[in-house]
Amino acid sequence: MLELLNYEFIRNALIAGVLIGISCGVVGSFVVVNRAVFLAGGIAHAAYGGIGLAFLFGFSPFLGATIFALFTSSLLAVAIQRWDQRMDTVIGVLWATGMALGTILIDLSPGYHKDVMSYLFGSILAVSHADLFMMTLLDTIIVVIIGFFYKEFLAISFDAEFAMTAGIPVRVFQFVFLWLVGLAVVMMIRIVGLILVIALFSIPPNIAEKLTSSLKKIMFLATALGIGFSITGLLVSYHLNTSSGATIVMLAAITYLVFLAFVDLATRYRRHFTGTDLR
Amino acid sequence: MEVDTSLPAVSFDHVWFSYDSHVVLKDVSFSIKDRDFFALIGPNGGGKTTLIKLCLGLLRPGKGNIRIYGKKPEKMRKILGYVPQNPNPNPSFPVSVIEVVLMGRLSRVRIGSRYSKADYEIAIKTLSRVGMREHAESPIHKLSGGQRQRVFLARALATGPRILFLDEPTAGIDAPSQNMLFDLLNELNSTMTIVMVTHDTVAISRYIKTVACVNQRLFLHEEGKITKEMLDATYQCPVDLIAHGIPHRVFDEHNSSSGKSNTSYRESITKSLHKVEGDSYTKKDKKKE
Repeated sequence: MLELLNYEFIRNALIAGVLIGISCGVVGSFVVVNRAVFLAGGIAHAAYGGIGLAFLFGFSPFLGATIFALFTSSLLAVAIQRWDQRMDTVIGVLWATGMALGTILIDLSPGYHKDVMSYLFGSILAVSHADLFMMTLLDTIIVVIIGFFYKEFLAISFDAEFAMTAGIPVRVFQFVFLWLVGLAVVMMIRIVGLILVIALFSIPPNIAEKLTSSLKKIMFLATALGIGFSITGLLVSYHLNTSSGATIVMLAAITYLVFLAFVDLATRYRRHFTGTDLR
Repeated sequence: MEVDTSLPAVSFDHVWFSYDSHVVLKDVSFSIKDRDFFALIGPNGGGKTTLIKLCLGLLRPGKGNIRIYGKKPEKMRKILGYVPQNPNPNPSFPVSVIEVVLMGRLSRVRIGSRYSKADYEIAIKTLSRVGMREHAESPIHKLSGGQRQRVFLARALATGPRILFLDEPTAGIDAPSQNMLFDLLNELNSTMTIVMVTHDTVAISRYIKTVACVNQRLFLHEEGKITKEMLDATYQCPVDLIAHGIPHRVFDEHNSSSGKSNTSYRESITKSLHKVEGDSYTKKDKKKE
């Protein structure tokens, strides 16, 4: 097992696993408690438009994805403030439009694009030094901003209106939060691909949420789980020779299901022996 | 924060408000005295919550002026306490009681800095005040409806308010909790103005000093100020809202108006308002002066 560490691409992949674990734990926890998983999915898929644009004009697809993710985040932040009751529609439209735009732009760009698949499903084994540098930078931005304004983010997530009466610029924070989601999404596209991003955003915080009821602990636990899923998934995919992104997501999903079944059994067991079943 | 208590706690000067093209408040002018216990009643969609949100600076009036002790609501945030009707629709939100109460200190702590030790002490003190001290570390979702309402009251009190706004604080909580809440509010009323949206007639009859009915327009039921227009206009309030429980102490014969002349109606209202207005407040205040 340890001899795997001799390969540079494996070392890079492992470091990348740790880095996305942090972003999915920190941002994902806020996404889950804000019931915004679908919103994160919308941003991820809309980012495909930016990847298409990058293919057509020949610049870095990650720059394209970042621009589109931030643009979509901003649109969504405006939409939340104007059409809060219609958010599912707004997200759905952006989700599909981004994918359609990306597909068309890639069709229009010259050459054959085999590597498009790596943006859809991730390619952790192709992570370069430059990627790692970018991911560390994005993680730092995310952790510093959330850490610095934790009290405000918590208050707004819990009761935005009350935060507004206290003079907190809630709208500004909504923009910042969605930008952070956008940045985390772009980071994770590299590893699990834009189609699978929401699994890593939702599964670790969801498991953590059932184990503790403090948001800070949820963030730490979700980070640990995210790192665990990425690294274990990576090693499993190496041995089974399967796609790394899909393997990481499958591993997370199976763990989630087993965990839910266990929680359910434990509750029944407790009820059975303490007679607290009120039905 | 010092306030000039000779000025009205809240004053509305010809305030209009509409959501898009739907007019919610029409030319509302009234004022609330310092340390009044003021109830807003009226039909659903009549504009009660909107009126409170205008006072808190959450909404801006389309026309007219709102003043809190003579200043704009946005400048008075530190003295405004707010207990919203339904603070968080996500019941399993991972937050502890003390964390929620600390949010009451948000207007006093700089953005990006942490709550200080003093903030924690204040939060604990307000929790004791509402009888929830021992639940400080409990997750909010483990509490009953009545307990949660007390925590939200503690959060509002942690701000250190001079005016406390409550939006239907007794909706959906059990009777003992309701009584406890009203006794506490009654106590708090000696140091702060209380403005409350309520459908609770018991509370209106027992504790409240002034009642206003909001239905696009605002009609004040206050001793010595009752006019024929106000009475006529008040009929617009759906009677069932204020006819449950023991309405006759508040608005005698509100629902038998058709058979009576306006004069006798006016007399009976004035009489009943004597009881509601509670001489204690007016007299106490006069003594101080």
